[in-house]
Amino acid sequence: MNILEIKHCRKSFDGVQVLSDISLTVSEGQVVSIIGPSGSGKSTLLRCATLLETMDGGSLAYLGKFAVRDEGGKSVYASHAELKQARACFGLVFQNFNLFPHYTVLKNITAAPLLIQKREKAEVLQTARDLLSKMGLADREDAYPYQLSGGQQQRVSIARALAMRPKILFFDEPTSALDPELTGEILKVIRALAAEHMTMVIVTHEMAFARDVSDHVIFMDGGVIVEQGNPKDIINNPSHERTIQFLSRFN
Amino acid sequence: MTLTGMILKMSEGLGRTCAIFFLTLLFSLPLGLVVALLRMSKNRVVQAVTKVYISILRGTPLMLQLIAVAYGPFYLFGYTLLVKQKLLAIIIAFALNYAAYFAEIYRGGIESMPVGQYEAAHVLGYSKGQTFMRIILPQVVKRILPSVTNEVITLVKDTSMAFTLAYMEMFSIGKQIANSQSSFMPFVIAGGFYYLMNSVVAFAMSRCEKALGYYR
Ligand SMILES: Nc1ncnc2c1ncn2[C@@H]1O[C@H](COP(=O)(O)OP(=O)(O)O)[C@@H](O)[C@H]1O
Ligand SMILES: [Mg+2]
Repeated sequence: MNILEIKHCRKSFDGVQVLSDISLTVSEGQVVSIIGPSGSGKSTLLRCATLLETMDGGSLAYLGKFAVRDEGGKSVYASHAELKQARACFGLVFQNFNLFPHYTVLKNITAAPLLIQKREKAEVLQTARDLLSKMGLADREDAYPYQLSGGQQQRVSIARALAMRPKILFFDEPTSALDPELTGEILKVIRALAAEHMTMVIVTHEMAFARDVSDHVIFMDGGVIVEQGNPKDIINNPSHERTIQFLSRFN
Repeated sequence: MTLTGMILKMSEGLGRTCAIFFLTLLFSLPLGLVVALLRMSKNRVVQAVTKVYISILRGTPLMLQLIAVAYGPFYLFGYTLLVKQKLLAIIIAFALNYAAYFAEIYRGGIESMPVGQYEAAHVLGYSKGQTFMRIILPQVVKRILPSVTNEVITLVKDTSMAFTLAYMEMFSIGKQIANSQSSFMPFVIAGGFYYLMNSVVAFAMSRCEKALGYYR
């Protein structure tokens, strides 16, 4: 079963086309990396997929259920209730974490499962503590976000997303706001999730990481998918001129 | 009249001064939030009406607004305010006026919130109301506390304007004594009372700021 299916997604801002005819399918357990120069529309694609941005054309479905239908080239959004259902399928990890600064680490993780999913308190606490120890933050549950390093904050935000038990997790440049020496700890966490077959879509500039961890790589430029396929082929032997140019900057 | 006599007499009005102060806060703080939300409404008409409301209440003297609320009913409907209704008129005028100031403070605070906070909550499934009440508002309160303190200190001093309606709070009593005794002393005493009350306000507000200092 496909977890995520985006078809012919189109999006413009003030008449400027930012995404043109993007299609993307992610099946269960798959890890997809999206690479490409800045301004190529990677974030916008993720924001359309996570319903933070409305797409102009194309469709979007989670677990085969449409959140957005395409009717004659125009996107039509499903009902409030259906969108809520769709939202329960995914999690999103932001570049700049967006933790809630007035909540402790533990409350950042437990608030939504308790309030939104109305889960049992003891179970949610257990889940949160398990996640924290997995993230190497077992002793920081009472800390506030400002007391943590960037790398620790990002790990909390990953735990916050995971606590909702998403079917798919999106990452938008999860290490770009971090000092290089903190990048590794986040990549390690994502690698561990990949090993557990968590379904993920990752926008990243870490080419070696994308090559090693993902099953599929997409190279975007100018709002279109220029090239996609096996990560080793794309990153080690790109065939497209623009891909070659882009990747040459990383070596 | 002795100094102690004056102080005692004037302190009899402190209850009314405090009534104006606390009732104004009680009504203007929530009303200000409502006005702020209307001011930021997507509906252009609502937005424009609120903008006019704020600009009139901030652009004209509170004293005139007091007079308008107290005597407007007489000129409009021939209705004379009962003595008992003086406090009501004062609270209406003060609450409407202070709501306008608080609204702009709330708005500044709300608009200063990073959009990422809304987005993070949205992705986690929070509704708009839940996001506002649980994520945005608590952080806004912390951000606007210093500006609110300024307004609250002004409010303490503004309670003296109730003398316009001859509402016998502390300052009006002092003014009466000053007239009958041809003495300047009551004004000095009034100044002392306001200064004391504002010291308490400043202390209370700094405690609030400290209480919210557990995060950044
Ligand atoms: N809210 C917005 N309003 C207008 N233009 C936007 C907005 N968001 C993104 N863009 C534009 O869309 C293009 C793609 O942006 P983005 O998706 O952020 O690219 P990437 O994540 O690949 O760097 C850029 O040219 C950017 O300026
Ligand atoms: Mg981006």
